[in-house]
Amino acid sequence: MSTTTPLEPDTFAISANLAQPRLPRWAVVLVGVISLGLAGLVTLLTGWSLVGGLVLAILLMVAGLPTWSLLVEGRRAAADRFATALVWAAFAVVLVPLVWLIWMVVDHGLSAIDREFLTYDMRNVVGSGGGIYHALWGTILVTLAATVISVPIGLFTAIYLVEYGRGKRLARATTFLVDVMTGIPSIVAGLFALSLFVLIFGPAIRIGFGGAVALSLLMIPTVVRSAEEMLRLVPNDLREASYALGIPKWRTIVKVVLPTALGGIITGVVLAISRVIGETAPLLVVAGATDSVNFNLFDGRMMTLPVYIFSQYSSPGVVPVGMEGDPPGYARAWGAALVLIVIVMVLNLVARIIGTYFAPKTDRRR
Amino acid sequence: MSVTAPPQPRPAKAVVRPGDRIFAGAARVAALTIMLALAGVFVFLAIEGLPGLSAPAHIYAPAEDFWSYVGPLVFGTILAAVVALIIAVPFSIGVALFISHYAPPRIAAPVAYVIDLLAAVPSVVYGLWGGLALASAIRPVMDWLYENLGFLPFFAGPPSVTGRTMLTAGIVLAIMIVPITTAISREVFAQTPRLHEEAAMALGATRWEMIRLAVFPYARSGVISAVMLGLGRALGETMAVAMVLSASPVVTLNLISDTNPATIASNIASNYKEATPDKQALLIATGLVLFAVTFAVNFAARWVIGRSERNVAR
Amino acid sequence: MIRTSIRRAVVPGIAALALALTGCGAANDDSGDNGGSTDSASAGASLSGELAGGGASSQESAQTAWRAGFQSANPDVTITYDAVGSGTGRENFISKAFSFAGSDSYLDDDEGQLSAAAERCGGEDAIEVPAYVSAIAIVFNLPGIDSLNLDAKTLAQIFDGKITTWDDPAIAALNDGVDLPGTKISPVHRSDDSGTTDNFTDYLSKAGDGAWSHDPDGVWPIKGGEAAEGTSGMVAAVKGGEGTIGYADESQAGGLGLVSVQVGKEFVAPSAEGAAKALAVSTPVEGRADVDMAMDIDRTTTESGAYPVLLASYLIACQTYDDAAEADLVKGFLSYIVSDEGQQAAAEQAGAAPLEASLAERAAGIVGAISAK
Repeated sequence: MSTTTPLEPDTFAISANLAQPRLPRWAVVLVGVISLGLAGLVTLLTGWSLVGGLVLAILLMVAGLPTWSLLVEGRRAAADRFATALVWAAFAVVLVPLVWLIWMVVDHGLSAIDREFLTYDMRNVVGSGGGIYHALWGTILVTLAATVISVPIGLFTAIYLVEYGRGKRLARATTFLVDVMTGIPSIVAGLFALSLFVLIFGPAIRIGFGGAVALSLLMIPTVVRSAEEMLRLVPNDLREASYALGIPKWRTIVKVVLPTALGGIITGVVLAISRVIGETAPLLVVAGATDSVNFNLFDGRMMTLPVYIFSQYSSPGVVPVGMEGDPPGYARAWGAALVLIVIVMVLNLVARIIGTYFAPKTDRRR
Repeated sequence: MSVTAPPQPRPAKAVVRPGDRIFAGAARVAALTIMLALAGVFVFLAIEGLPGLSAPAHIYAPAEDFWSYVGPLVFGTILAAVVALIIAVPFSIGVALFISHYAPPRIAAPVAYVIDLLAAVPSVVYGLWGGLALASAIRPVMDWLYENLGFLPFFAGPPSVTGRTMLTAGIVLAIMIVPITTAISREVFAQTPRLHEEAAMALGATRWEMIRLAVFPYARSGVISAVMLGLGRALGETMAVAMVLSASPVVTLNLISDTNPATIASNIASNYKEATPDKQALLIATGLVLFAVTFAVNFAARWVIGRSERNVAR
Repeated sequence: MIRTSIRRAVVPGIAALALALTGCGAANDDSGDNGGSTDSASAGASLSGELAGGGASSQESAQTAWRAGFQSANPDVTITYDAVGSGTGRENFISKAFSFAGSDSYLDDDEGQLSAAAERCGGEDAIEVPAYVSAIAIVFNLPGIDSLNLDAKTLAQIFDGKITTWDDPAIAALNDGVDLPGTKISPVHRSDDSGTTDNFTDYLSKAGDGAWSHDPDGVWPIKGGEAAEGTSGMVAAVKGGEGTIGYADESQAGGLGLVSVQVGKEFVAPSAEGAAKALAVSTPVEGRADVDMAMDIDRTTTESGAYPVLLASYLIACQTYDDAAEADLVKGFLSYIVSDEGQQAAAEQAGAAPLEASLAERAAGIVGAISAK
């Protein structure tokens, strides 16, 4: 930044770049259209699937534009174009399974959802009909409890790692153990929670809260990891400015550091919730399964949406005699999956709104 | 800094206020809680799993003893995770960059939102999608790989007729970890100080050079965290793998045949339900091995990162 | 942040609380009647309370039907059935976590579970009654062919990888006039430990005339080959590939080709009645108590119309319970299950085979004697 640094020859090269020929603005569109056309032709001629054709088009685009650019604009610009094309291609390719998956869930699930589906439970329901009311509440309560357990623990751990524990052995050990924790298979978390509660309450215990404990085991690493990263990115200038004003460290963390990192932390928490809200095995083991509504986390079995989906899929019932089509359980399973995704969608949206509302104005792009 | 200021009444030594002490204490307790929880899981696995190391031989069928039972599973776990990471990491970084630096803001926010949603799809649904839709759609690709790249051990074939292969499972796992790695990477990318970026641009760097010079060094550790989280999920994923993979107790690098090694987690999920007490102990012991594998993988990764990071000033 | 995070938590918290207070039971709970459920159960007196059971996932559909039937007749009763698998079900029964368990295989003393169950029941022998009987269909996917005749020996060779194409002479010899394609055979097995695999391999090894050298087991004994998780996964895998053959619950086999297996001189297609018949001619396990109806299924039966590839799932309970209410509930629910009405409900809703009259009568006698200590 210092003005005394002598100008390097490269600087002249760049200024010379300004006069270098550039591809016209419509070059991207042109290459895109040509790629699509070529790929379409090949697809028609060889009888490939639609996805194959799209992949070919993307490959052509990624190869074609930088080549042209290399010929006209030079190596550096070509590298830039290549990177841009790759990034767009990555995005386009990821969209394929994503749209496919969501379309599949919506396609199968939407027809199952009606008023009855959302307000009925499965008590005394055989064959078709029935709903997810009990599982819906189970999922909301269990996930809420898991969040209440894991967010404070996770957030404080992250604060410890970033603000207090720098270089200390406990901090190093914790970072490492959190990584190890991410690899706990969900069913092991469930079995652990079950044996913990059996130890305390006797063998017959099956409670929703146990499921929450198992889920928080899976949630904590995600919360810690994302929060830690976000806290670490808060510029030190901010902290030092606050200390310079004589503000105690904890007030600095609460008033300066956390609000600055809030957006990222919320993303992390929502991500952690999304990660565990669809877990099946631990909930089946600890929270059990039931047909009826239960609002009490601390007493009795609780149905949750993933367990509901799994049991409807694995025991879908039978097609009534003389009828065609799939057993009635499949439609309920897809409907419940769609509802689960919608719940997370809403949650995500709410978290984002809250995040932008509380976050201080920064130069972050979003 | 002014010299005319009156002398400070307080000594220069840092004063620890009660609020600070409580806050620091709470933070440390939280960190200790995690250690305690992990120790709890470990002790639980060890107590419940140890009898599984020396159970009667028929429990291990079709293998002979514990190590020959768990060997293929460890191999399968690592293979599935590696395949998933190889697919997922480039795409995650690409998509994260797309959201943070390339896409017009009007597109970026919804895209980020939709990718986050992908994290919420229940693993059972991933399993359904992988087993019903992806497996049949990917068969032509596997045939092609077999015909053209069959000389590689990975594509030695013969390709499975149902498409429920390690490659399919790897792709499903990759799609499951893309949202996690993308979400964290893009937050980190977006946090790159504007000044660094603008300085690079002012020096005439192209956008890609700016990203290489300013964004990547800054985001390095965050991206590694993101990949580690993804790796954790790939190692521990249960239902989706169990539902997609056609598993057998074998060791093979072949990604497209009908015979694939199971992963530890999916093997637990498949066999726990009907297990007798001896078998349950055995399965929990494999859980302990998974624990050790995760431990070792993380340890190795940390060592590699530590070596290379010494050269990079943050 | 502490303040803001509290604020952040309070708003949805209050919203959730408000919803929880207003949204009480599900819309279908207060109205007693519900489509499709039977109106009365055999238990005369109205019962109340909660009963927890669980185990074999094969019974889950049938249990849904039974719970619905029993709970409609006794609106104050809530019965839960956790489909955690037979092994975990037996474990949980022995540890008293479940009052009754469903299990795809009967208790035995290989790992001391029979005596452990007796100990759990206060020193008395545990009750075991067959409750859910279901035919295992051998399904295949060959375009244009809906059914094939095969004997156990050929099946064993197919699943063992000895017969590899569909136009093999051994298959052609049993299927005159069927135009068999030269497609490769891809046998699909269950990748999970399951009662279905146990019963199917038991059939192959007992009826296979020496062609199947492996012991019957819930885990598929051969390394390699196509595998799929659960009945639904099996059906999806067989549907997903050409030339595949697998085995699945008969009620879930819709849309796939079915194998008729050789019994004596004739070929029998899978059916609930055939399975019930095969169970009725099977022999009880020796040395069991009167209340223990454990049976070794006769896979080599030549009885006309019997279908020997079947799964019999048991209910395990105690003769006496410490708690009178628990005893009444177990007695009432299990009596309903083995009653005509219960068996019919399972047949309609889960495709189960109703027990033969003689077996049902004996089972009813056993569960009817459940009492409090």
